Amino acid sequence: MSTISDPPAGSFQLSMLINDTRYRSYTFQFVALILLIMAFAYLGHNLLANLRAAGLNISYNFLGEPAGYDINQTLIPYTSQSTHWQASMVGVLNTLLVAFLGCIMATIIGVFVGVMRLSDNWLVRQLMSIYVEIFRNVPVLIWILIIMAIFIAVLPQPRDFRGDDATASMVLGMFAFTGRGFYTPAPVFGPGSSVVIATFLASLVGIFAFKRYAKKALYDRGQLIPTLWPSIAIFFIPTILVFFIMGRPITLDYPALQGFNFQGGIFMRNSLIALWFALSIYTAAFIAENVRAGILAVSKGQTEAAASLGLRPGRIMNLVILPQALRVIIPPLISQYLNLTKNSSLAIAVGYMDLTGTLGGITLNQTGRAIEAIFLLMLFYLAISLAISAIMNVYNNAVKLKER
Amino acid sequence: MKKLAILGAMTAAGLSAGVASAATLDDVKARGKLNCGVTTGLVGFAAPNANGEWEGFDVGVCRAVAAAVLGDPTAVEFVPTTGKTRFTALASGEIDLLARNTTWTFSRDVDLGFEFVGINYYDGQGFMVPKDLGVSSAKELDGATVCIQTGTTTELNLADFFRANNISYEPVPIETNAEAQPLYLEGACDVYTTDASGLAATRAAFENPGDHVILPEIISKEPLGPLVRHGDNQWGDIARWTLNALIAAEELGVTSANVAELAAAPGNNPEINRLLGTEGTLGAMLGLENDWAVKAIMAGGNYGELFEKNIGENTPIGLARGLNALWTEGGLLYTPPFR
Amino acid sequence: MSDTHAQTVAFVRTTMLPEQPPPASEAGVIKWMRENLFKGWFNSLLTILSLYFIFQIVTSAYPWFANGIWNTSSLAECREMLDGMTGACFSVLTERWNQLLFGFTYPTDAYWRPTLAFVLLIVAIAPVLYPKAPRQLLVFTGIYPFLAYWLIWGGTLLTPLMILVGLIAGYFAFKQFERQSFAMGLLAGVVAAIVVIWAGGIVPAAMPDVLAIQAIPSRDLGGFMLNMILGTVCVSLSLPLGIMLALGRQSSMPIIKWICVIFIEFIRGVPLITLLFVANVVLAYFFPPGSNIDLVLRVIIMITMFSAAYIAEVIRGGLAALPRGQYEAADSLGLDYAQSMRLIILPQALKISIPGIVNVAVGLFKDTTLVSVISMFDLVGMIRGPILASTEWNGVYWELWGFAVFVFFIVCYSISKYSQWLERQLATDRR
Repeated sequence: MSTISDPPAGSFQLSMLINDTRYRSYTFQFVALILLIMAFAYLGHNLLANLRAAGLNISYNFLGEPAGYDINQTLIPYTSQSTHWQASMVGVLNTLLVAFLGCIMATIIGVFVGVMRLSDNWLVRQLMSIYVEIFRNVPVLIWILIIMAIFIAVLPQPRDFRGDDATASMVLGMFAFTGRGFYTPAPVFGPGSSVVIATFLASLVGIFAFKRYAKKALYDRGQLIPTLWPSIAIFFIPTILVFFIMGRPITLDYPALQGFNFQGGIFMRNSLIALWFALSIYTAAFIAENVRAGILAVSKGQTEAAASLGLRPGRIMNLVILPQALRVIIPPLISQYLNLTKNSSLAIAVGYMDLTGTLGGITLNQTGRAIEAIFLLMLFYLAISLAISAIMNVYNNAVKLKER
Repeated sequence: MKKLAILGAMTAAGLSAGVASAATLDDVKARGKLNCGVTTGLVGFAAPNANGEWEGFDVGVCRAVAAAVLGDPTAVEFVPTTGKTRFTALASGEIDLLARNTTWTFSRDVDLGFEFVGINYYDGQGFMVPKDLGVSSAKELDGATVCIQTGTTTELNLADFFRANNISYEPVPIETNAEAQPLYLEGACDVYTTDASGLAATRAAFENPGDHVILPEIISKEPLGPLVRHGDNQWGDIARWTLNALIAAEELGVTSANVAELAAAPGNNPEINRLLGTEGTLGAMLGLENDWAVKAIMAGGNYGELFEKNIGENTPIGLARGLNALWTEGGLLYTPPFR
Repeated sequence: MSDTHAQTVAFVRTTMLPEQPPPASEAGVIKWMRENLFKGWFNSLLTILSLYFIFQIVTSAYPWFANGIWNTSSLAECREMLDGMTGACFSVLTERWNQLLFGFTYPTDAYWRPTLAFVLLIVAIAPVLYPKAPRQLLVFTGIYPFLAYWLIWGGTLLTPLMILVGLIAGYFAFKQFERQSFAMGLLAGVVAAIVVIWAGGIVPAAMPDVLAIQAIPSRDLGGFMLNMILGTVCVSLSLPLGIMLALGRQSSMPIIKWICVIFIEFIRGVPLITLLFVANVVLAYFFPPGSNIDLVLRVIIMITMFSAAYIAEVIRGGLAALPRGQYEAADSLGLDYAQSMRLIILPQALKISIPGIVNVAVGLFKDTTLVSVISMFDLVGMIRGPILASTEWNGVYWELWGFAVFVFFIVCYSISKYSQWLERQLATDRR
């Protein structure tokens, strides 16, 4: 019967650093930390030696200097006299723009395809799975370049719209689909248009309030008020009435061929559209799979229970299946949105001026400040990624099953 | 073996880092090869031919330096670089010499810490448009869509030119010359702009070069030249004087055909004798063999021969000598004396 | 009883009627079509729309394929042969076949080497992918990386051989000291391997011509071969790294845990393209002056780090999915950390993670096309650069891009099919 006792204090031996589990983890961490510091010191030493040998220094002063180059798509005021920092901001906004548009379109296509993959219709199911497999299994860069090739080689260029023997013409006289991008009419807000916009916003609030009222009526009194047609009426009628009462203050500016290009209207560049469409259809293939898995994860009993309550198939989908499936779908959806945002950096392949194109492209090339520019570029992307996942996690927590 | 050598070198060099990298010449000699940065492909200046061998005007400079240093014009490892990678490749020591039609500018020379060893081509930025656009001057390009190679000085010149003339344009940034071609040919841009020599080279590769015109405006000065890192003056001198030797050789009438004969015995022109090492010790001053210039000239001929063979009027690119003629013939090429 | 009937009813059937076939609308093709294609007006509409869509695609694509021209040397010549008809100029594929596969600088007379390496790759990964393949092949799998290195890059066989010897020495040293403790074994193994490789480095340096084939610098690699090399090398290198990162992230030691967390989250938060930029223009500054690490190697380093972070997250999922009892059981057996991980936890966790790892691998393989952005001439880079810009083939888009889509689809689709197959295999023995 030996008694177990703690090792006597004071008898600490060096070997215990490795053999004693109480100390071993400290030893390991210490060693790891030392190795890490050594690795960083080694790399930093090399960096300094290389920079010294090349007569270079690390400096972010270039951010305050005039960029000197022009950017074709700017969401904030920018000229070639603006600073490199402003050029980077233009890039950030362009990245966010294409990521935002891409996420919306990818979600729409993805949900559609995902639901259609579970359709009763055999042919539609097969077509959708072909879509998913083809787009999932080919690099997104190739899709971007293919859509860009359609722009370059298939769509008519502005020169084809020109002259008497023009081979191309505008659609409905409003839309021009050219190889350089799409031109659509742009709204011009004349005096009094603010009233129209205010009415429109007010009717949106009205629809929301009406829906709440209908829901309350349903829950409290069991009264089923139809919402679809009244909503559509509220959406259109007041705005149109005010629009005509105010004497049609909002007009459209049509694009027209002038000189080398179409002028006027809204111009969506080929690079933006190629990137947007390619990212959307590529990511949609993944989202479709997530949606399908999410719907399949809702047990069949739920559908049967809903059906036995007498709900119609459309309502079963909307009221029973989708709300439950959403909880399964949203976490992978977040990572798809993140992937899409990160993939938007492939913009550089088609000359879309996103963050990689401005800060990581022209600014880097013009200033030669490779280390600084790329470090900043990575920080920007990291910030965007973290922000997106933070926002989406808040949303995820909101729809998550509240367990009581 | 190479990978092992690298492993070894990494650890060993890590210990002695900071002391190293002053003597590029020794590195090149130890390696037995010159690492020369060139463009990813611009016909006439640097492009691989059907057999994968690099040829062109800039390639000729690389080969001359390799011949001068190592005695073998084929001992060159050509590293294709883009507008983005060229300076890092040079600064980090991946290449010893950059001969990639690079414009000599103040900030590149001073701020980026490079040393331009001379000018091998006096160029300027031009515009190319399809003939059927009916444009005859760059000032008529208001509202045009312009393809530009990013990372070059042309991008900045373009912004300045259009701002100065108060006309607007739509820039389409392109990474390489190869990507610009289809965009321009299919009409996604109205105008392609880059150095005039580059435009000529690009046009030469088109199916119907006659359908495109190069506008008369030259909107910038683009002195193109090879460059090396700051701080290694010996290596800079070797590159500079190899280039000068090629120019001097043309001035003195030394060609690849007669250089062997002239180098065999001292002639009666002392400058030729000094250049070819039959008199004096210019080579030794550079840390090279005395016949370094002979080898450099034999590699591809003198400046004029290189020009005629790669980009001259009898080639598809068809550039006239213009500013790049010798000073004696109304050009700007003027080399300091060899003495 | 039967009598009663006999008196009241005129006729009683005493035998069964022969079975009738179901009505035409409830059997065979028609039933199937009714249920699967024309169930309700909406489905019928969808079917008709889909059929129209398929009809359009087939009628426009068929002549393009059928009239394809396979043997001209330029686009102009091909257009001339087509004489205004719709048709593809597949001759760009035949004429540039070698460039598409091997790039434009790889020596022509060495094409057999990567081809052989590719064939051997299939042999080498067979025992890994198919548990039924003979186990002895695993030895070949171990040798394969060294053989493939020699075949593709050339030089003397002694170089990879010495590294192999070094690793074997390391393994024996590890076995020798493992009895003391795992950490000691690991340390001894690493030291022994480094020492042997270091010392052995003299041998190939002294005899560079023994069993030497033409050495090919890595910047001459290109075409689809480059995608394959980057894909296989980076996935295989990132597996061990990913396992270590996953274990580190699960570790109870805060410093190690945080190092791993920061690394993983940083890498996952930035696009691969920025990491390739790092490889392209920044990484060279971090190596000792004068060391000349070529671009392919730098790209391999960065892509490996990238995929390791993703694989680590997949494996972390596998580790988390293991029941707590497995960890406790391992502890109660008195196994130390290294033993319990190696013998109990990792084999199970990896098994769960395999489908996820394969997904990462497919994604990574697709991402190898991104190297074309940093002007390396992989398949996409070859198409965008030298081929589309050449005078002969200016404007041949669909044949080339179609080929790229086809190649990537075949490879990625078969890998993901394999992953599904494997998932089913593994699912059965977990039941």
